[in-house]
Amino acid sequence: MAELIQILVSGLAAGSIYALAAVGFTLLWQASQTINFAQGEFVMLPAFFVLVGMTVLGLPMWPAIGLGLVLSLLILGVAFKRLIVEPMLPHGTLPLVIATIALGLLLKESVKELYGATAQPFPAVFPQTVFNVAGASVSIQDIGNLVVSMLAIGGLQLFLNRTRTGRCMQASAQNPAVAEILGVNVKRMVMYTFLINAALATIASVLISPIYLAKFSNGETLGLVAFIAAIVGGFNQIRGALVGGLLIGVIDNLSALYISAEYRSAMPLILLIAIILLRPQGLLGTPEGRTV
Amino acid sequence: MIKKLLCTAAMTMVLGMTPALADLKIGSIVELSGPGAAAGTNFRDGVKMGFEEINADGGVLKEKIELLEYDTQTDPQVSRALVQKAIDDGVYAITGTVFSSSTVVNMLVAKQAGIPQFTGSEAPSITSMSNPYIFRTAFGSQKGVPKMTRYMIETMGVKKAAVVWANTEFGKGGHTAFVDAMKEAGIEIVTDIPTEQAQTDFSADIVKLKSSDADAAFIYVTEEESARFLREAAKQGLKIPLVGETTLIGHKVIELAGEAANGAMGHVGLTPDANIPAVTEMVERFKAKYNYTPDHNAIKGYTAAWAIKYVTEMVGSPDSQAIAEKLHGLTLNAAEHPGVLMDVSWDETGEMSRESFFVEVQDGKQVVKAILPPN
Repeated sequence: MAELIQILVSGLAAGSIYALAAVGFTLLWQASQTINFAQGEFVMLPAFFVLVGMTVLGLPMWPAIGLGLVLSLLILGVAFKRLIVEPMLPHGTLPLVIATIALGLLLKESVKELYGATAQPFPAVFPQTVFNVAGASVSIQDIGNLVVSMLAIGGLQLFLNRTRTGRCMQASAQNPAVAEILGVNVKRMVMYTFLINAALATIASVLISPIYLAKFSNGETLGLVAFIAAIVGGFNQIRGALVGGLLIGVIDNLSALYISAEYRSAMPLILLIAIILLRPQGLLGTPEGRTV
Repeated sequence: MIKKLLCTAAMTMVLGMTPALADLKIGSIVELSGPGAAAGTNFRDGVKMGFEEINADGGVLKEKIELLEYDTQTDPQVSRALVQKAIDDGVYAITGTVFSSSTVVNMLVAKQAGIPQFTGSEAPSITSMSNPYIFRTAFGSQKGVPKMTRYMIETMGVKKAAVVWANTEFGKGGHTAFVDAMKEAGIEIVTDIPTEQAQTDFSADIVKLKSSDADAAFIYVTEEESARFLREAAKQGLKIPLVGETTLIGHKVIELAGEAANGAMGHVGLTPDANIPAVTEMVERFKAKYNYTPDHNAIKGYTAAWAIKYVTEMVGSPDSQAIAEKLHGLTLNAAEHPGVLMDVSWDETGEMSRESFFVEVQDGKQVVKAILPPN
């Protein structure tokens, strides 16, 4: 039992961070039909902004995280939208997908070139205290990661459903033409979506880097997991991405413990195949019809 | 006029016939990116510092060494292509690679071309393939691990053991050496956990270890994975002693794992914290030059550079085949060859022998608990 509690807590903590990245994925898709294959690198990069703040500028951790957030909003939010998405989107989804793949490679190689190829230690946001729950050692770090991720996603849901700006963002995502007729500044709403994605990526980066260590290649795993989580949960639903992220975190850990450590990385992919075959819209997604 | 023309022509011919004073070329082929970057960068920096000192000291056979650097990206196929490229570029010896999965692939190219290769890899298979051109810069795990298991059994009193290992060529070598040594000593392996290269999440592995009744666990994964493993072990409050090789208690691991590295133990062939003046001085020069503390891989690279110089000068020319022949059965003692830092020998397979250390990480530093004799 203790074993199961331990693995569930670890799985949920990791899964909640995957969910942050997956939610960003779905937001961008809904707002601008952008499938961002650089999402993993978006999560990798803010950790290096923070490290630059701490090691180069000599800032304490929290101001460095603040700096990381600002730089992420500017680079991964504003610059990404203005320099890549806006020029590429009129040419269709596929060129944009290829552009984001190229962007991911550029970010990865740039970090390797400018900061180094080796992993870097990253300071933990939460204390390393461990306490006992029914025989399982539960760390403040795991609980903290879970709580912060849930608060971020819960806050986002509230913002989208309960505020005027949030509803305008939803209207812009669902039908931009009608939203514009109704007086919504669609371009601004789409920009908000990109900024929210950058903020979520920063939170995910700060939470996961103490565990993964900050490394230029971290985005490879994170991007794939976030993409699978978004598909499994439902590409057009935030709560779907949340469920997908948590599910993958737990399944990954359970399969490593009870099935086979060698095939653990295959389990999310098997889940993905099963979902596509049995419920193509994802666990919580809604079917979208298209005519030709 | 004719005299002048003849004179000029004669001089041109003489100059044309004079051999150019070309530098001697060595290939440094290591993992500068990918999962092996921590180990490879240390190894490369050690080699580089070694050859810079050698050049400042007059070079090899009074010629400067030109070090050609190549990044394998920790990809065996890339490493194979780069060994071929280095040979095409005219190197007479190669240093690297560090990751065994790469070395087992690329050493065949060096063997075919008859170029001696000084590897930082530790998989047993590397020196068991009848390759007369491969030479270690640290023990293979089949030599290092039995020294460590003896210490675990005799000094730590381990009766039941667990093993966590990377499912790669490197990891399989250490795993086999550990399991064989323990079985021979009648020690039961109660938990056996393979992990993947570049694995990031070790929660399930630590849970398995916690539920085993092992007295100690042998951890044999690469540096970055070791750091993540130690962090997760500390997070879950794992109590049993964690014992490993250089990859568990190296300086990069200590830097990455922070306080979580304290208490980890292991056997190291080379350690910057060994109380040996030559090693201490080399470490200080390295720190001043690169602004970080070298690990065993840097010392491997440094000693490889000096070994190449000494053997080349013993042979009297950069003759790759003669150098390889000379190295088999050779002992370089540190008194006469200070660049190798400690007495070292190579046998007929390219395997090496040297004293080594059992260390424990205390307050972020390796503390030598015992000096283990050569085997």
